[in-house]
Amino acid sequence: MCLSIPSKVVSVDREKNSAVVDTMGVKREAGLDLMEEGSVNIDDYVLIHIGFVMNKIDEEDALESLKVYHEILAKMDEEERSRVVLEDDNCENRGAP
Amino acid sequence: MSELKLKDLYDGFRDPATIRMLAAQIGEEAKALHEPLRIMEVCGGHTHTIMKYGLPQLLPDNIDFIHGPGCPVCIMPKERIDHAIALARMEDTILVTLGDMIRVPGSQSSLAAERAAGRDIRPLYTPMDALKIAKENPDKRVVFFAIGFETTTPMTAALLHAVVTQKVDNLYFHINHVLVPPAIDAIMSDGQAKINAFIGPSHVSVITGAKIYAPLPQKYGTPVVVCGFEPVDVMQGILMAVRQQKEGRAELEIEYSRSVTMEGNVKAQQLIDMYLQPRSHFRWRGIGDIPDSALELRDEFAYLDAEKVFAEVLPTEPIDDHKLCICGTILKGLAKPMECKVFGTACTPNSPLGSCMVSSEGACNAYYRYAGVLG
Ligand code: SF4
Ligand code: SF4
Repeated sequence: MCLSIPSKVVSVDREKNSAVVDTMGVKREAGLDLMEEGSVNIDDYVLIHIGFVMNKIDEEDALESLKVYHEILAKMDEEERSRVVLEDDNCENRGAP
Repeated sequence: MSELKLKDLYDGFRDPATIRMLAAQIGEEAKALHEPLRIMEVCGGHTHTIMKYGLPQLLPDNIDFIHGPGCPVCIMPKERIDHAIALARMEDTILVTLGDMIRVPGSQSSLAAERAAGRDIRPLYTPMDALKIAKENPDKRVVFFAIGFETTTPMTAALLHAVVTQKVDNLYFHINHVLVPPAIDAIMSDGQAKINAFIGPSHVSVITGAKIYAPLPQKYGTPVVVCGFEPVDVMQGILMAVRQQKEGRAELEIEYSRSVTMEGNVKAQQLIDMYLQPRSHFRWRGIGDIPDSALELRDEFAYLDAEKVFAEVLPTEPIDDHKLCICGTILKGLAKPMECKVFGTACTPNSPLGSCMVSSEGACNAYYRYAGVLG
């Protein structure tokens, strides 16, 4: 399902035009190709789709949904958590409008 | 269910009390409907939620669901999968694509079978990995079999941008990006479809904006509600559609405003426009040929277009689904999956005869899996 767990921007590499984001403790790189230059900064909350930042979201909304996911993921170990997080991002059907 | 998935865990967070309360409210307000409300859910994600939680059973008889085209994997006609296979069979070629596409059968084979037979076929986590693979294999050609609805298209455009600006010369594109509004038009246009309301998915309108649904209310006099994926969201969306119908309104409304805007991501839309143009027509598995319903590479990038560069190896015959398959009729709301003669017998998720059985978001597949829930 399109749960779209919010990710927090940890660092931005302007040269590579990419960011490292933290999705519930899982760190990964995401392209900034779809975002206006300079619009994504450290500590912003974003949604990721197949390796790209697709938009920014409101901090308040992000924290609220993260609370729910945290409760779920607290019950999992490290490896399982990272599998589940990556799987959520990678729903092949998310191309639906 | 053996494997733990986030979506299963999330089930604990749907609230049965809220769902029941909404159901009661809908039941009450639906009494005032002048005609039955037949709602098409455009996205397979909604089909999934609706079937999984047995929402049809909670709703009054005068509200019915019609399941939409499903997902980008379901609507891929067999001849396009045959293209991918033909490309993968070329000498010194690596075929790369996203996820599920690998399992889906074409007319003779599937990418999975081809991979087992030794072809170099790789699933990608992100399209950008195709660039890495191309750079690491300068003596091979890499073909990216690009799939997806509107939201996945900009990622392909971003890859195209990288290939063009970095002058990578061994990466080609086979573009299968399709557009949903023309498919809805095709379903509605012959006037037979019994659909009088739509619900559209929320998060995923992040790229296109809700505006892609804007023409529907005027054109067909139908309410459109963009809503989230949890059962509570879907029920809320249905209530909004009921109210519109009752009050004689046909409008575009957003149930779930978080991160959905009318405009969407303009930069992403511009990037698409730079590299891709409307394709004069595309055959949708289960629906048929639809004008302007897909994208292709712009003429100036024809040198990257696998369909042009490798035209001689690609089959050109359209291949239809089994003639007993009634997916097209199901999509119009004129039949339910159980009415298909081969449903659950000759046609199952493991050996689908038609598009609606292919992925978990297809209508027949969802009915098959949740048949117990439906009783
Ligand atoms: S893509 Fe479709 S099926 Fe996948 S999560 Fe999003 S809405 Fe659901
Ligand atoms: S059950 Fe199979 S053959 Fe029948 S309509 Fe569905 S997909 Fe087509």
